[in-house]
Amino acid sequence: MAYSKKVVEKFENTLNNPEAFKVGRFDPKDSDVGTGMVGAPACGDVMKLQIKCEPKGNTHVIKDVKFKTYGCGSAIASSSELVEMLIGKTLEEAKSIKNIEIAKALELPPIKIHCSVLAEDSIKQAIEDYETKQ
Amino acid sequence: MSTQSTIYLDYASTTPVDPRVASKMMEFLTPEGEFGNPASRSHRFGWKADEAVEQARSHVANLVNCDPREIVWTSGATEADNLAIKGVARFYKSKGNHIITSKIEHKAVLDPCRQLEREGFDVTYLDPDEKGVISPSAVKSAIKDTTVLVSIMHINNELGTVNDIEEIGNITRDNGSFFHVDAAQSTGKVDIDLEKINVDLMSFSAHKTYGPKGIGALYVRRKPRVRLEALIHGGGHERGMRSGTLATHQIVGMGEAFRIANKEMNQDCNKISKFHEKFLDKVKEIDHVYINGDLDNKVPNILNISFNFVEGESLIMGLKDIAVSSGSACTSASLEPSYVLRALGRKDELAHSSIRFSFGRFTSDDDVNNTLDILANVVYRLRELSPLWEMHLDGIDLDTVEWNAH
Repeated sequence: MAYSKKVVEKFENTLNNPEAFKVGRFDPKDSDVGTGMVGAPACGDVMKLQIKCEPKGNTHVIKDVKFKTYGCGSAIASSSELVEMLIGKTLEEAKSIKNIEIAKALELPPIKIHCSVLAEDSIKQAIEDYETKQ
Repeated sequence: MSTQSTIYLDYASTTPVDPRVASKMMEFLTPEGEFGNPASRSHRFGWKADEAVEQARSHVANLVNCDPREIVWTSGATEADNLAIKGVARFYKSKGNHIITSKIEHKAVLDPCRQLEREGFDVTYLDPDEKGVISPSAVKSAIKDTTVLVSIMHINNELGTVNDIEEIGNITRDNGSFFHVDAAQSTGKVDIDLEKINVDLMSFSAHKTYGPKGIGALYVRRKPRVRLEALIHGGGHERGMRSGTLATHQIVGMGEAFRIANKEMNQDCNKISKFHEKFLDKVKEIDHVYINGDLDNKVPNILNISFNFVEGESLIMGLKDIAVSSGSACTSASLEPSYVLRALGRKDELAHSSIRFSFGRFTSDDDVNNTLDILANVVYRLRELSPLWEMHLDGIDLDTVEWNAH
């Protein structure tokens, strides 16, 4: 399958410079950390997304993000793209991110749209986890 | 775009045409060359082309030790498989409607079998053992009085495992059933002696053995005689079994490729065996690596490896300067992982993590060494990115996790 240039770039940058692209982990037990994990190995992709937040006014803001992804190049690129969108956003703003924004940014072909759906679900889950801790 | 910097390790998919073959083919195209129609009986252009076609037929026959009159030219192994399976089943349908094949056959065998099911035939799809081999005893227990045809591949294209076609042939002959073998991956890799074994039909491809794409052949046994219903009518070429003007240059290419294969098989195999050994040794240094297939019963040119906790397509993307194939879902349009690996009973995640490396005549020591270096590095990096690897290192048994599957 031919990939868009953007997917290839994102994938390679993430692979070659994991720290700069927020690959890693926070301690999931920390109270300021929310963790989301979606997908299944048998389906070929698993995304784990963690957000570190702090209160700001009457909401919370995402200070930092870490992720790890098992999956095809588009899945890895999608998580990396999402991570970039998240930093500095309020939880409300982060919740409103739609998979289509990721798919557009990476020019994902129709058969790879599920990668962006997975990314959207991972942020929703991470926020939910964070909110239950507060 | 130059592809010269990319290392080619996908010979099981197709091979480059050997330059000796290409230059031979060039002699049969241009006005200065022998461009005639081999079916033209009235002038020397036709006679010369016919001579070249018959010489090529002999080269193909020599490689597998059969009579040249038993070779029918086709457009490739896919057409040869179709002609053998549909041709025999339809011709002999009054004798029985049962067909036996296996779950790890190429689609060029499985799809014609599906078509025959739609036409009222009953098809048994045999399971391989966990190493990817179809056991003769499985054929023996499935065969019935009504079995007209058994179609089992010689060498599996994803795993390189070798089926015992000699033993299976004895079973089919005893039962009075015809035996077709897809040997697209065999020529130039293992010896085939059709005089010694009870195979009735065998499919060949040129482009897996350093010949051109678009040409193949079907062996159709004369004694005992096998008859079949043609798929393509018009002109009665190839004794009515496959009409259409013969593609002289393609046929000459296949003949030359098979002549060279006959001469250089040992040399090729020795070289490739060394690559195989080296590759295995090095790859085993990486943790959680599984070899798919039967190491004691496979050809050395194909090596199928699962790298646990790493998804195959991302591995292929990471190995951007190396051309390989994956059993991973994502490389196919269907999003299903390799049906061959699944048939072995491998967990889906291992099928998703599999890569097929295949070596050939033009593979160099540098190709192998560079690939091994890059491979270890990319697997390491992708595991650093993998939540599954992290969980594994934390001592979590992934089989006990409840996944949020999509």
